[in-house]
Amino acid sequence: MTLDKARLVQMLRTMILIREFDERAIQLRLAGKIYGTVHPYVGQEAVAVGVSAQLSVTDRVTSTHRGHGHCIAKGADIRRMMAELFGRVDGYCKGKGGSMHIADFAVGMLGANGIVGGGLPIACGAALAGQLEGKGAVTVCFFGDGAAAEGEFHESLNIASLWKLPIVFVCENNQYAANNPVGVQHPRVDIAAHAAPYDMPGVGVDGNDVLAVHAATADAVTRARRGDGPSLLECKTYRWHFHAMRAARPPETRPAEEIASWKAGDPIARLEQHMVGRALLSPDELRAIRDRVGAELDEAVAFAEASPFPDPKDLMADMFAR
Amino acid sequence: MAVMTYREALNLALREELTRDPNVFVIGEEVGLYEGAYKVTQGLLKEFGPKRIVDTPIAESGFTGVGIGAAMVGLRPVVEMMTFNFALLALDQIVNSAAKLHYMSGGQYNVPLVIRGPGGPAHQLAAQHSQSMEVYFYHVPGLKVVRPSTPMDAKGLLKAAIRDDNPVIFIESETLYNVKGEVPEDPDFVIPLGQAVVRREGTDVTVVAYMGMMYRAMEAAEELAKDGISVEIVDPRSLQPLDTATIIGSVRKTHRAVVVEAGAGFAGMGSEIATEITEEAFDDLDAPVLRVTGAQAPMPYARNLERAKTPTKEKIADAIRRVCYANGSR
Repeated sequence: MTLDKARLVQMLRTMILIREFDERAIQLRLAGKIYGTVHPYVGQEAVAVGVSAQLSVTDRVTSTHRGHGHCIAKGADIRRMMAELFGRVDGYCKGKGGSMHIADFAVGMLGANGIVGGGLPIACGAALAGQLEGKGAVTVCFFGDGAAAEGEFHESLNIASLWKLPIVFVCENNQYAANNPVGVQHPRVDIAAHAAPYDMPGVGVDGNDVLAVHAATADAVTRARRGDGPSLLECKTYRWHFHAMRAARPPETRPAEEIASWKAGDPIARLEQHMVGRALLSPDELRAIRDRVGAELDEAVAFAEASPFPDPKDLMADMFAR
Repeated sequence: MAVMTYREALNLALREELTRDPNVFVIGEEVGLYEGAYKVTQGLLKEFGPKRIVDTPIAESGFTGVGIGAAMVGLRPVVEMMTFNFALLALDQIVNSAAKLHYMSGGQYNVPLVIRGPGGPAHQLAAQHSQSMEVYFYHVPGLKVVRPSTPMDAKGLLKAAIRDDNPVIFIESETLYNVKGEVPEDPDFVIPLGQAVVRREGTDVTVVAYMGMMYRAMEAAEELAKDGISVEIVDPRSLQPLDTATIIGSVRKTHRAVVVEAGAGFAGMGSEIATEITEEAFDDLDAPVLRVTGAQAPMPYARNLERAKTPTKEKIADAIRRVCYANGSR
């Protein structure tokens, strides 16, 4: 399927927004404007965007500690995301969740999850509910290569296949589980190969090619909506920055050549080149997109700064439902 | 009222709630075809079908997470743990997701989930299958924890747990499944969570005990009545929320208290209740609050060691005498 200009512009815009959101978050963290920890998604934008472009608002996603990209791609409001990073009352979680727990019920974003692998069974539960609802809702479960070593990965693939759940498991293999390379954590670095024993399709995808991710997701989502069960996509990508930062950037331990070679395959530049090649993007249009993203981020930061901190009186609010 | 076993009361509660609310479903190991390791789900697969009574692989973390995800988007799962000992394999899902999602999402997501199954000391099942598990859960903000001692409570509290919009840990007991008692047949009969009950009225000492320990305390109370010691027994039923008002009210009347728990005593429910009493009713006390608890050891296999590990009627009676300063003097 060849995507038209409007769709491509939308995807490019979202990828740029994700990148600039996290670049901004790093700067705000360094400046002491936001606290806690930040796990930047920079470099992996093609995965969240390529996958989410196949979903509707009634479809659901679970995310990870590196979840800002998934939130934005699923349609979350960056002003409320930024307010959450600032720990303010207008944040998605009223300042009680922070970066690793952003959720947006309204767009089917079931939440980032600070526990590696923790989202996999929860995604299966949402998919089970979708199956029982019978309205064709699909759940996408984002997780990293590190999670594939967790028991919950295997439990979830087994359960999902056994019950033919409408779910797509999307592994973002960014080559590092926290700070150790994937090769020292798996005897064979082929996450997609785990699909076969669980009797589901497993596809390795160039995770820096948003169009390839989009196409592979189409097959998996179609299969899930048809009631034929789950699929596993392994999107091979790379995080440009550190695993996590607090007050300062941690020292880089990865080989410089490796970083340079992945940056040369920048997923945003690749989409831009594709669009320029098809005469679908002029330098003016690109500049306009970038300016608009910058303005939206300025607005989000202003929104966050203007939002009050939570009232200590509300410490015990939302402990229990009702 | 009908007379039925604790097992049958649980089964009836499930059947009634499955009938009342199409969003309720039961999920766990062997709950369907095999009708439950302890037959609590007997007949349910036949009546409600495989979409409502869902057999799972042996994957506690997996199917507990399935319950959480389903609850987040509107269903009301009842997750069965074949025994609660296996819930340790799902502890991350329970503690880090079920308990926290409502708060952590700023109130966006509810997790109306019940996790139920037997726990506590059983008969010669040894260290990994015979232990009090409630302590792992009632410490966690966001969880409700229920321990129903009688068939009536089993029915009324399970129905309340299923109707609750929060995650509820509901721990039954292998040793109580065959206990018989009167149970209301009214499908609207529920016992609200967080309400203790006075099982036996008395004037000299308050004993707080639940599950098998409640029955042993009742036996001890019968025996002590012959010696002229009048024992009041309070069964908390819910450990979180804990009905401290009923416990404190009883202590203000009797001025003495003994707390019994089957599990190891260090930082246990006995410690918590003793502290609550001391903080709230210190001036009413005529003696220090005593605890009778399981020994700080894994449950041994041999029958005599099992008895040595666990609070017995004799140990409870001895503590009551001591708190009444009646040890050896009557």
